[in-house]
Amino acid sequence: MATPTSTTAPVKPPTDAAQEEQTSALQDDGRERAAAKVSVRDLDFFYGRAQALHKISLDVSSQIVMAFIGPSGCGKSTFLRTLNRMNDTIPGTRVEGSVQIDGQDVYAPGTDVVELRRRVGMVFQKSNPFPKSIFDNVAYGLRINKLTSGKSELNDRVEEALTNAALWPEVKDRLKASALSLSGGQQQRLCIARALAVRPEVILMDEPASALDPMATQKIEELIVELKRQFTIIIVTHNMQQAARVSDKTAFFWLGKLVEVNSTERMFTNPNEKLTEDYITGRFG
Amino acid sequence: MELHRLLDRDLDSLRDRVLLLGGETETALQKAMYALVERDTVTAREVLDGDDEIDRLELEIDRLCVDTIALRQPAARDLRFVISVAKITPILERIADHACNIARVAIDLNDEPQLKPYVDLPRMAERASHMLRAALDAFTSGDGAAARLVIDRDDEIDELYNHIFRDLIEMMVTDPTTTTRAARLLFVTKHIERIGDYVTDICELTVYMTEAAFIKHSN
Repeated sequence: MATPTSTTAPVKPPTDAAQEEQTSALQDDGRERAAAKVSVRDLDFFYGRAQALHKISLDVSSQIVMAFIGPSGCGKSTFLRTLNRMNDTIPGTRVEGSVQIDGQDVYAPGTDVVELRRRVGMVFQKSNPFPKSIFDNVAYGLRINKLTSGKSELNDRVEEALTNAALWPEVKDRLKASALSLSGGQQQRLCIARALAVRPEVILMDEPASALDPMATQKIEELIVELKRQFTIIIVTHNMQQAARVSDKTAFFWLGKLVEVNSTERMFTNPNEKLTEDYITGRFG
Repeated sequence: MELHRLLDRDLDSLRDRVLLLGGETETALQKAMYALVERDTVTAREVLDGDDEIDRLELEIDRLCVDTIALRQPAARDLRFVISVAKITPILERIADHACNIARVAIDLNDEPQLKPYVDLPRMAERASHMLRAALDAFTSGDGAAARLVIDRDDEIDELYNHIFRDLIEMMVTDPTTTTRAARLLFVTKHIERIGDYVTDICELTVYMTEAAFIKHSN
């Protein structure tokens, strides 16, 4: 079982120049942190003795798409999973630093993790619908959290979620069919609908389109852009063109460190850090 | 890393072809001016004949730029390089067109008595040619600072243009029989002045490529 600890130590400038600049900018205006939807400071993460994340400080504004990029093993998925404490389920892990959602420390003692994960939903690389009907998949979170007062409201919320996931027109006439009868792309959108049904504020996506064909990928990407009107979306992707297409800001991770955060436009045309440039131009290593 | 090597191969290929196009353009300008000053119609016709190869190179580079973007999806400095090449190529082709226009004037003027020995006009053309070479060197070596220095030299071209313009107008007013020939030389000076502007555009793109800074229209 994880043993997360929350620290309130003052922000120390990291040695890395890029992080130093970023942290300095963050320190310059404390109000910025308060205004951020997701705010992370000095986050360290350990798998046993191995430190996977080093002093990550990052703010994510409301209703934007932020992409995390970096080579395999750089810590981007680990970092994503710290935001709704998904790593708690991994034995021997440890967190230091703070993660705030709307100013509330998610690692504070007494945090309701179930409620946290309702507010910060997650979509995984491989679609994982339950072996139930399409309707029941979307209704699942609403039922177990008792978020609706009756059948009529439940129906409305399921329709709303499927509509928001751009799946309603394709499944409205077969809601009782098995979710497993859907195509891979539809199953992934069903999982997004399931996440949306409980009306989260932040949606974490861990390579949500990596197992899909180009058409299904395009639908997911269009959906992501559409969803940012209502939600804050953080996406991990190995596909840099996907990051360029869907995100407003991009963060580059390397060896467990946050090397650079920048507007996506800047990141892909003129990044600040040579390491970032080497990575996105394929000259890494 | 295989894809990385494929991209580098394309970028090298683009660089080689732009240099080739730049060299052909530079030669066209020098030969056109030689044809004018030395009253050499044969050389002037060589310039016109060589323009097809320049047009062919332009299209080849265009295709290669599109292929590189579509197939290799370059980013950051690679993307800026490809975009710069795509924009510099038509500029070089236009400079070559100006060289052709100078060559045509040379052919026309060679059928008539020389107006007067050319002094400032070859000097102006030589400066434009040097600027072009320096601009291409700066582009090839990715030297934004050198490109900025070349931009500053466009003022010399403009000054010579104004000086020659005044001389030719004065000649036309003083001796109306020179009007046709002087007017043709006015076109030549205008062509060279435009070449100076185009070289400035190449340098601005070199600054963009190396520094990601847009300095066009920034005075």
